Amino acid sequence: MAEELYDIEVAVPENPIESFLRMDRMPHIWCPGCGIGTTVNCFARALETSGLDLDKVAIVSGIGCTGRVAGYVRLDSFHTTHGRAIPFASGLKLANPSLKVVVYSGDGDLTAIGGNHFIHAARRNLDMTVILINNFIYGMTGGQVAPTTPIGASASTAPHGSFEEAFNLPFLAESCGAVYVARWTAYHVRHLTKAIKEALLKKGFSFVEILAPCPTLYSRRNKLGDGLDQMVYYKNSSEIKNGAETKSVALDLQGKIIVGKFVDKERPTYIDAMNEHFRKRLGDRYIPSDENKEPNPCLERKSRSAASAGRASF
Amino acid sequence: MAQAVEQSKKAAGSVIIIAERCKGCGFCVEFCPPEILELSSEYNAKGYHPPVLTVRDLCTGCNICGMVCPDFAIYGYITKKKTKET
Ligand SMILES: Cc1ncc(C[n+]2csc(CCOP(=O)(O)OP(=O)(O)O)c2C)c(N)n1
Ligand code: SF4
Ligand code: SF4
Ligand code: SF4
Repeated sequence: MAEELYDIEVAVPENPIESFLRMDRMPHIWCPGCGIGTTVNCFARALETSGLDLDKVAIVSGIGCTGRVAGYVRLDSFHTTHGRAIPFASGLKLANPSLKVVVYSGDGDLTAIGGNHFIHAARRNLDMTVILINNFIYGMTGGQVAPTTPIGASASTAPHGSFEEAFNLPFLAESCGAVYVARWTAYHVRHLTKAIKEALLKKGFSFVEILAPCPTLYSRRNKLGDGLDQMVYYKNSSEIKNGAETKSVALDLQGKIIVGKFVDKERPTYIDAMNEHFRKRLGDRYIPSDENKEPNPCLERKSRSAASAGRASF
Repeated sequence: MAQAVEQSKKAAGSVIIIAERCKGCGFCVEFCPPEILELSSEYNAKGYHPPVLTVRDLCTGCNICGMVCPDFAIYGYITKKKTKET
């Protein structure tokens, strides 16, 4: 029997992203054609479909254009100092293991000044998701060379082009011990959303690199057109290779971009390893942090005195 | 008439454009699968050309435009769900 189709009218819905944003902070500071906003759409959708309790999700950013994300999303968030998103996030996670901690920051913030923290968080397999926006440059401060700037690309601190070997970030993350590693671009909105969702649900150090246009300081300076031209470049020059060896996915100036999920493996997290170790060593004397539910008397006292002073708690 | 029916069968969605938020980057225009958006010749208060929907009937409500828009200025939605009768 032939199947019949009939139509159901649906009312006009609200903009789905708005409930996720602090709309009082809009419009945002990002330039026309900057890709950071696009990645926020994917992050929002990924969170929504992940089923995570948003009251248990905290987002931490460093400084930079990307670092602004923490201030724009309606989640518990902290905008740390430059390079220190991961150390802050580590403390947050260790003190409150039931939180899902997400770090959302720029390539300069996470791999230049913050590079040390990045490699050790991956080595320890701290249970957090790191979303890194790679626009190949320091955006916020005026287009200086970043550890990701491709050889030959011009930057304000390399007017004749950079000659330094750039980081291959998926390779760096895998070598240091990340259990989930993927790379997509701002063009791949559907794949990227799926990857962020997988990373959010992965236990351990999960890492998603997202290439995104910085028309103002990267592409204009390098005569690569505007944000749209970069998006079209991503579309035309990307090749999806899930499971590719991260060693082989280095980027070069306007060259081929290998995207996909590269690593998805299991390894004990920092907290699991710590608990196992001390349980073995100390037996019953060891009380793991998430089982230690005794209220902290200092915090109790502070919140009581704040309440008695009539201050709003937030 | 037959063609109009054919088109309304495809008309499963629409878009909302918040013109004042748009910065005219053109992402939505470039990546709309049926290519039915274009930047208008009108200006918004910030001086950018926001998109307009050219062929309303072809919008599928897929929200690719909303996903790529870095300024949260456009979104697609499903107006008519096509359900299989059993
Ligand atoms: C300790 C310290 N050093 C330097 C700076 C200046 N600074 C602010 S943002 C930034 C780099 C931003 O680049 P990136 O992390 O790639 O983010 P983007 O702006 O490109 O998103 C620098 C060097 C600072 N704020 N604090
Ligand atoms: S400077 Fe670059 S990264 Fe920063 S908002 Fe502008 S386009 Fe985006
Ligand atoms: S919802 Fe889909 S089809 Fe409709 S305008 Fe947006 S991208 Fe195009
Ligand atoms: S993607 Fe958004 S900001 Fe860019 S032209 Fe379309 S509506 Fe405007």
